[in-house]
Amino acid sequence: MTIPDPVFEWLELSPVLVVFVAACLGVIIEAVVPRKARFYCQLVLAEISLLSSVGFLVFNGVRGAWGPLAMKAVMLDGPAFVAWLALLVFGFLALLVFAERKINAGATAFAALASAVPGSATESEAIAQRREHTEIFPLALFSIAGMMVFVAANDLLTMFIALEVMSLPLYLMSGMARSRRILSQEAALKYFLLGAFASAFFLFGIALLYGYSGSFNLARIADSLGFSTMNRGLLLCGIGLMAVGLLFKAGVVPFQFWVPDVYTGAPTPVTGFMAICTKLAAVVGLARVFYVALGAERWSWQTLFAVLAIATMLVGVILALTQTDLKRLLAYSAISHAGFILTAVVGAYQNVAAGRVNAFGSIIFYLIAYGFGIIAAFAIITTVRDEGGEATRLQSWNGLGRKNPLLAGVFAFLLLSFAGIPLTGGFIGKWEVFASAWAGGFWWLAITAVGFSLVAAYVYIKVIMAMFFEEPDETVVVGKASLFTWIPVAIGALATLYLGIFPEHLMELVSNLQIFLR
Amino acid sequence: MTLPWLTVLGLIPIVGALLLCLPVFKHVGKVVGLAFSLLTFGVGSCVTVLYLGGLNLNEQISWMPAFGTYWALAVDGMGLLLVLLTATLVPVVLIAEWNIAERIQQANPEAKRWDGRAFFALVLLLEGLCLFVFMAQDVLLFYLLFEATLLPMYFLIGGFGGSRRSYAATKFLLFGLVGGLIMLVSVIGVYVWSETEAGNPTYLISELTKLDTGATGSLLMICFLVAFILKAPMVPVHVWLPTTAEEATPGTSALLVGIMDKMGTFGMIKICLALFPQESINAAPVMITLALISILYGGLAAVSSPNLLRLVAYTSVSHFGFMVLGIYTFTSVGMSGSIFYMVNHGFSTAALFLALGYLIKRGGSAKIADYGGVQKVAPVMAGVVLVAGLSALALPGMSSFVSEFMVLAGAWSRIPWVAIIAALGMVLAAVYVLRMYQRVMTGSLESELATKIGVDLDLKERLIAGFLILVILVLGFVPNLALGIIEPTAVNIVGVLGLSDPMPQLGGK
Repeated sequence: MTIPDPVFEWLELSPVLVVFVAACLGVIIEAVVPRKARFYCQLVLAEISLLSSVGFLVFNGVRGAWGPLAMKAVMLDGPAFVAWLALLVFGFLALLVFAERKINAGATAFAALASAVPGSATESEAIAQRREHTEIFPLALFSIAGMMVFVAANDLLTMFIALEVMSLPLYLMSGMARSRRILSQEAALKYFLLGAFASAFFLFGIALLYGYSGSFNLARIADSLGFSTMNRGLLLCGIGLMAVGLLFKAGVVPFQFWVPDVYTGAPTPVTGFMAICTKLAAVVGLARVFYVALGAERWSWQTLFAVLAIATMLVGVILALTQTDLKRLLAYSAISHAGFILTAVVGAYQNVAAGRVNAFGSIIFYLIAYGFGIIAAFAIITTVRDEGGEATRLQSWNGLGRKNPLLAGVFAFLLLSFAGIPLTGGFIGKWEVFASAWAGGFWWLAITAVGFSLVAAYVYIKVIMAMFFEEPDETVVVGKASLFTWIPVAIGALATLYLGIFPEHLMELVSNLQIFLR
Repeated sequence: MTLPWLTVLGLIPIVGALLLCLPVFKHVGKVVGLAFSLLTFGVGSCVTVLYLGGLNLNEQISWMPAFGTYWALAVDGMGLLLVLLTATLVPVVLIAEWNIAERIQQANPEAKRWDGRAFFALVLLLEGLCLFVFMAQDVLLFYLLFEATLLPMYFLIGGFGGSRRSYAATKFLLFGLVGGLIMLVSVIGVYVWSETEAGNPTYLISELTKLDTGATGSLLMICFLVAFILKAPMVPVHVWLPTTAEEATPGTSALLVGIMDKMGTFGMIKICLALFPQESINAAPVMITLALISILYGGLAAVSSPNLLRLVAYTSVSHFGFMVLGIYTFTSVGMSGSIFYMVNHGFSTAALFLALGYLIKRGGSAKIADYGGVQKVAPVMAGVVLVAGLSALALPGMSSFVSEFMVLAGAWSRIPWVAIIAALGMVLAAVYVLRMYQRVMTGSLESELATKIGVDLDLKERLIAGFLILVILVLGFVPNLALGIIEPTAVNIVGVLGLSDPMPQLGGK
């Protein structure tokens, strides 16, 4: 048996490679560069790598370099392109928030020495001597690179590896909060254990699908549907198990248990990063597997996903109602958003006229609109503080509108976007996914989702009410943050407004880049 | 290129609202705000003249091509009058609430509340959005603006209301959002429907009217209708209105009931009847029943209301019943009456809210039981309340009489017994207005109350009340000023339905 030389399209793959290389360089920097210079080295390296990756990506896009890459392991098609672009932009904004140090008296939001046991002598020594580590930057880069491969993976094995590459750094990053370290580590452990389970399910699903179709390649799997001589049970079990792995990452009920704990325990900048980047990667990966490989089998999974979508929206909005902590509240809201997005996945609406968005187009639009909002929202959360650090109890936010009308106004605006109130990006996103579900034949699901949007809206209004109509809590102040926080906030808020008023620019881009290649 | 008059008209107050947020205007904010509202009124008058002169004011620019939605504005007789109503009422309310911040401060010194500038900015923002709603010719545009008006009103109630303002504001917003989201179902449905029927999605009302309503027509119409019923509060979903009116300041309530709630009846005509004529005819029995229930229930609730502001809110529920009755009996007379009623009701309710506001400001309570014999210390105020009340009970000579009569005449020509039941509402109106006047203004005056009431209306208050009463009387004696504009629109609307029109002539009135 001969093994052919692997063909590797360096230029086409450059956006991913740049990020990977930068992540590796980051590890070396952590080892060799003097401690004082390390922080800025890491930051500049990370941000420049993301920007240059965008440059390579756009260059490839303009060149029209579409098609399978790296021996068909990766597919550079429209959806991969938009997802990469979104991941890079959101990664860029999130890393800016990572770099905020002014607000916390010169320290980042991350543990000085993450490997030290909380409360131990080593830890206090590290803090006293300001032995700060900056491994968070290379970790984030590894994670972003993993996500990029994940959304573009054209065969299931690549996808699995990418899933691990994106997940492992996330587990670590969740455990690195500077304050409330035990809580943070608990969150990381939970995330890791459940994530490992989900990965195992995913892998098992891959094995069964391979057994059914004889291939890992998505297109080959699609071709085998209906023609395989193997037992159909293999296929159905494979679909189910793979769905578990993917839905876990997206935070869909009944695999949502990790979301509130991890969102709350993780350092807030990391939460912002996870809230959009992980979700985006998971949903795009889900769409790719189920549309490209299993599209012909949609009758088997549409109803199941419809039920899960309803359950997710239900759990997300109802439990969000009862939360008293802002980060938990946004975590449950993130669950409900996963449900809203799932409605369009279920609709699987494909045959659209030119210039219109199909199911994937509406999903990615929703994710982008949500992403700008959620990164800005978590960045704002880092600025509201009392003596114990971030004040995330809902009560602490009482009367914020009087202390800092601008900040509260922006936050209220972002919440309105999450609620889907018109003239925000969130509204257009909701409109699109619901329209897509309806056009795909699931009008009852669209109507149910609208109903849940209402309950969800009440959740956000409760926060707005507390901010504007309650008497302020005097112990809570809005900390003085640097531009590292304000730039993402400003960009997020302006993008939310822009997408709400002039959605057609993004929509045009998305409508040209919404067809999966196989 | 000609000036886009309608866009300019709507943008002026919005620009004014944004300018007021600048720190430069910290001390002159209210003057600037008033200037902007007067400018809006001026441009509104220009638009009226141009419209009557036959100039084509329509604007249509593609806005979100992927949705098939347009920035499309135009006015017809109904839209124009509602635009005028809005542009007239806002400066009046601004003048009436000039010292709102000081008044709230006085009533509750320790609470730090928002300043008057915020009130002016929110009112102007609301005005701009309302103007655009009344001019929108595109379903999605209409929906976006319809929803957007909720926010300034929410902050007006929550920022400047009474002690339970937070509760009232939330209740208002939730009911608004329920309506809005139910309408969202239809808005999404219209997209799918137009894409299926026309091949290319569109939201233009003029395009949608050409389409066959298809299988989903009834569902879409019902969802729109539910949203409008919630907005123009009809029994049984009126419950948010009394709470809100009780907690909000009188100026806010005047805007809410006088202008914003008109979007409900406006939407019924503009969207339900125009896009779904057959479905609307099918819905008519239900709507007529709801209208009758609203008329009677609103009237009865007003009779038994112990609170002045709640009383006015219930009278409005009753009056909205009349408007809906006029719409859903499908005669051009009833339709004209209904549209005219929307305008009259705006002025008459504003007069009532503001007049009672003067009383409540002095007496410090909205409970009817806390008053008695007020006319002895404040005869002018009592007179103003009486005239505003008489306008609410549709006394001949007041503008509301003309419109109520037309609605009943229209209903009579279609289904006589409906008109008979509705006429009971007029009797109830006499009861609640006169009883309220009797208990508050006549009888023996306690000395404590007399000191509280103190002086009668000052010059500013007299001017405002006088102006509103003048408008009511002028429209009452020369209704053709407005009816001339309304009539062609009403005939058009009814014509679309394809029913016989029992009394097409309005002449001789």
